Amino acid sequence: MTAPKLRFATVWLAGCSGCHMSFLDLDEWLFELAKHVDIVFSPVASDIKTYPEQVDVCLVEGAVANADNLDLALQLRQRTRLVISFGDCAVTGNVPALRNLWAEVDGGSRQSVLDRGYLELADRGAQHPHAPGIVPELLERVLPLHEVIPVDLFLPGCPPSAERIRACLEPLLRGERPELTGPDLLRFG
Amino acid sequence: MTRTITIDPVTRIEGHAKITLHLDDDGRIADARFHVVEYRGFETFCEGRPFTEMAGITARICGICPVSHLLAAAKTGDKLLAVQPPPAARKLRRMLNLAQICQSHALSFFHLSSPDFLLGWESDPAQRNVFGLMAADPELARAGIRLRQFGQQVLELLGGRKIHSAWAVPGGVRTPLSAEARQWILERLPEARATVALALELYKKLLDGPLQHEQRCFGDFPSLFMGLVGPGGRWECIDGLIRFIDSDGLIVADDLSEDDYASFLGEAVESWSYLKFPYYKPRGYPDGLYRVGPLARLNVCEAIGTPWADAELAEFRQRSGTAASGGRVVTSSFAYHHARLVEIVACLEGIEQLVADDSLMEGRIRARASLNAHEAVGVSEAPRGTLFHHYKVDDDGLITRVNLIIATGQNNLAMNRTVVQIAREFISEPVAAEAEIPEPLLNRVEAGIRCFDPCLSCSTHAAGQMPLRIELRSADGALLAARQRQ
Ligand code: SF4
Repeated sequence: MTAPKLRFATVWLAGCSGCHMSFLDLDEWLFELAKHVDIVFSPVASDIKTYPEQVDVCLVEGAVANADNLDLALQLRQRTRLVISFGDCAVTGNVPALRNLWAEVDGGSRQSVLDRGYLELADRGAQHPHAPGIVPELLERVLPLHEVIPVDLFLPGCPPSAERIRACLEPLLRGERPELTGPDLLRFG
Repeated sequence: MTRTITIDPVTRIEGHAKITLHLDDDGRIADARFHVVEYRGFETFCEGRPFTEMAGITARICGICPVSHLLAAAKTGDKLLAVQPPPAARKLRRMLNLAQICQSHALSFFHLSSPDFLLGWESDPAQRNVFGLMAADPELARAGIRLRQFGQQVLELLGGRKIHSAWAVPGGVRTPLSAEARQWILERLPEARATVALALELYKKLLDGPLQHEQRCFGDFPSLFMGLVGPGGRWECIDGLIRFIDSDGLIVADDLSEDDYASFLGEAVESWSYLKFPYYKPRGYPDGLYRVGPLARLNVCEAIGTPWADAELAEFRQRSGTAASGGRVVTSSFAYHHARLVEIVACLEGIEQLVADDSLMEGRIRARASLNAHEAVGVSEAPRGTLFHHYKVDDDGLITRVNLIIATGQNNLAMNRTVVQIAREFISEPVAAEAEIPEPLLNRVEAGIRCFDPCLSCSTHAAGQMPLRIELRSADGALLAARQRQ
């Protein structure tokens, strides 16, 4: 008897997609993965637009930096059994959170980065992009995922190598909880 | 009643985007817009950090093309030190970029875009992806996965890791190519060549048949094209000077230096996107629309310089070149896909030449100096087009100002024009007030964006005018030469 396939999702928030690229670096092992999971939502491997119900496992790349990131994080938590902070941006905020250093300056981090990008370094039409419902507002502080929703597992690395991702996924496919210990699985960077 | 239909998120592209379709009172397509909805603000938070950290930080702009940022940062660093990297280092950097373009193009073709035309525009959206391709045609999918792996593995052999290596540095590279790495590359090259030959054959067959329609209406319009070219106008990916041509194949500007980018590139802001709209300044906004990336590089060059790639380039032009240009220039944005396959050939042949070159294994690979200039601009051809890094530093080498012009952003005007053209072509009948637009039609609009293989994590960065002063100093700090532009 074969076990039912896991409903598997990947999501990117504020990151560089490097963690997803590392996931694709699983290369031919992806065939093995496909025997055990259905990809029900993924920016790189699905055209499904709405995060589905009853997802078993979700890898979440990236920090929470804007209103869309926040909405999706809340939604996926409600609909997912096991949420994994996938990579340093999700785990700590990492590079996107460097912007928080500007939180204390006049106007705060959001205004600082928008002023620089869209007022000072523009030749025409200088303005902060603003289109309600289309262009999401930046949050004042960039947050790691677990500050926004409860997270079940942390998989650090910038990005986590394909070997590390596999070491995390293999036990899950067997129905076990991965033991992420030791420098091979836990080092940042 | 006017109506807006939103495609959110655009999938199988790299980064966060939405598309809106705007219907007029009669339910006809009045406009379509491509919105980029992320922004991280690198230009701000790089300030105050040592310029030597820039490679590590800016690589984190993008996990698909970190190498482009690594190289642009290293080249900017070369100029801040006022050194020339040793010849072997320059060749090794070139190999790194060729490997990256190969893996990134393989990803775009096999993983992201080909499901549209191999599985079908109308196929189940839950299956229309790389996993669907793995199920439908496992051998082709495996070959594509292994072609991307080839490129990624060369990156790891050179830089120690596949993603975000810190191998290229101001002055050169950190480690030489090992004999084992050279051997591995030689052994895997034939398979990589066979895979791209297979993909070209498959693609050309589709182009002769069902894809003619897409080729005709996926962003086919006249525009300028920009890219680096080497001596004699040869195809170039890292060194070289900037050339603009128009759709008739006439050279509009040539031998431009990256140092002067702000004199010919401007950027506009629109309220509805975090992605700015670069334009060719002499033609103004938005008439200064230009395209960059694989299609542009093939359009601006005279030749690639390796036999198979040149044969493919000739066929590419003969198949798709416009009559107005005498077959010299290809204007359909759909041809980006074909151009990517031709460039993979160029990369594989380029890597093959480099691994056969014994001088790669000789001599120094890093020139050392301390800070000799306060400002510099570095350029590289990223898989998606020309990338500029511009830094200003203080006496301690701490960054005081950063400007990045990212490849994808430069296609923003063209991407918007492309989605309008596709929407008008495929949604030509009025849409009734309550009616939904069928998913396969919406997918075609999205696929117009996939042609450009946009990298949106990369692209939401600032660009624009900064007063520029470049100084060349000798090792003891004496000013040898300076050039200034306000
Ligand atoms: S953790 Fe690193 S690789 Fe992953 S998204 Fe963040 S910057 Fe990119």
